[in-house]
Amino acid sequence: MATREEITSGLAEILEEVAGVNPDDVAEGKSFTDDLDVDSLSMVEVVVAAEEKFGVKIPDNEVQNLKTVGDAVNYIEANA
Amino acid sequence: MSSVDVVVTGLGATTPLGGDVASTWDAMLNGRSGVSPLTQEWAGQLSVRIAAQIAVEPSEVIERVRMRRLDRSEAMAIVAAKQAWADSGLEGTGLDPERLAVSFGSGIGGAITLLDQDDILEQSGPRRVSPHTVPMLMPNGPAAYVGLEVGARAGVRAMASACATGAEAVALGLDLIRAGRADVVVAGSTEAVIHPLPIAGFASMRAMSTRNDDPERASRPWDRNRDGFVLGEGAGALILERADHAAARGATVYARLAGAGITSDGYDIVQPDPECKGGIRAMSMAIRDAGLTGADIAHVNAHATSTPAGDMGEVKGVRAAVGDHPVITSTKSMTGHLLGAAGALESIATILAIRDSVVPPTINLDDPDDRLDLDVAAHKARPLDIPAAMNNSFGFGGHNVALVFTRP
Repeated sequence: MATREEITSGLAEILEEVAGVNPDDVAEGKSFTDDLDVDSLSMVEVVVAAEEKFGVKIPDNEVQNLKTVGDAVNYIEANA
Repeated sequence: MSSVDVVVTGLGATTPLGGDVASTWDAMLNGRSGVSPLTQEWAGQLSVRIAAQIAVEPSEVIERVRMRRLDRSEAMAIVAAKQAWADSGLEGTGLDPERLAVSFGSGIGGAITLLDQDDILEQSGPRRVSPHTVPMLMPNGPAAYVGLEVGARAGVRAMASACATGAEAVALGLDLIRAGRADVVVAGSTEAVIHPLPIAGFASMRAMSTRNDDPERASRPWDRNRDGFVLGEGAGALILERADHAAARGATVYARLAGAGITSDGYDIVQPDPECKGGIRAMSMAIRDAGLTGADIAHVNAHATSTPAGDMGEVKGVRAAVGDHPVITSTKSMTGHLLGAAGALESIATILAIRDSVVPPTINLDDPDDRLDLDVAAHKARPLDIPAAMNNSFGFGGHNVALVFTRP
């Protein structure tokens, strides 16, 4: 089971690969769209990559609730 | 003849000979071939294992994350259009975006994206298919991306007429400015289909050269031993501008785009009309549209792709529509056949021939076909005074496009 820090850094790797986000900018309080400039199509890629990386299913109706990196960490921690 | 004069004020290209216009033109004048063996693993199973691959990968110019969202043809279109835009000096001149249009095409479009994403669909399932798939493969993608790049708001037109696409996109740009719908048009075309499926398709038609052991000599228009075209990839872009608009801002003008002719054969979906009747009508129309006569055309950059079926009809056509005097060449002997992008790249070569008073060579014309009764700049570039020149492009579907450029 990954720690919150491990999940955050895993998400940072994905965000860098998919959307060119600087890993240093990724923190639990950051909003994907407002702070990290991740558009809706890139968010789809992030979700699919996160499912693979953390062995979790993230249904489409959950994605809209994942506003911040912290939201995603919470979901992955609870469902992985 | 139109009362509105249109000039060319910017050029851009990324080709098998170079990553920009200057390096491409220099290589052409020196008779260099851009054809090389395909070393990819997938090439081993094909009867055709050579191609004219782009000299500078788009990933060397466009950042990695952006490249993930672009089909290769779109990336190359952006590279060429950005160069042409910078060359024109229009950035920061206060051009009204609602007077700026795009006319940009591709012969085949985002085929590599379609095929790659189909592999992902088959191997990993639909959830793994990229959300960028549709904008990457849609045929208007290159035009739309070029439009975004320059901020065009007078319409983004996507042309598709196979191997006549590039020339027809330029012709549409001329029409848009003449009709008063834009003051400036970014016109051009792109093609990126060096992939086993398109190669297998063309090879099945027996349209491609199989001179795999001698790539640089495989593209040999009008030569008795030609055995088909060599697939090339790349993009070319031209900035077309209303002449008084260009003059008012003191722009450097390469040439006038004086006329265009577009016809269709109504003959066969792929076979060229051996009498080149549609080609003759296109050439005659372009010359008339330019207010010239055949005698004024000193040079023709021919379509000549190096296929046994196609090359000689055009020679008849040029004799009939232009005369027996022009010095002709096929730069495809060096670049291979860029399909939809050919007409844009060859328009650029035609314009630079006028500017520099030199016809780029047709390499590999060692043993000319008996029916070749026109003067070809064979093997070496030929110095020539060129007040006016023509570029021909013909495409599957029976598309014929001729463009006439003159000195400014």
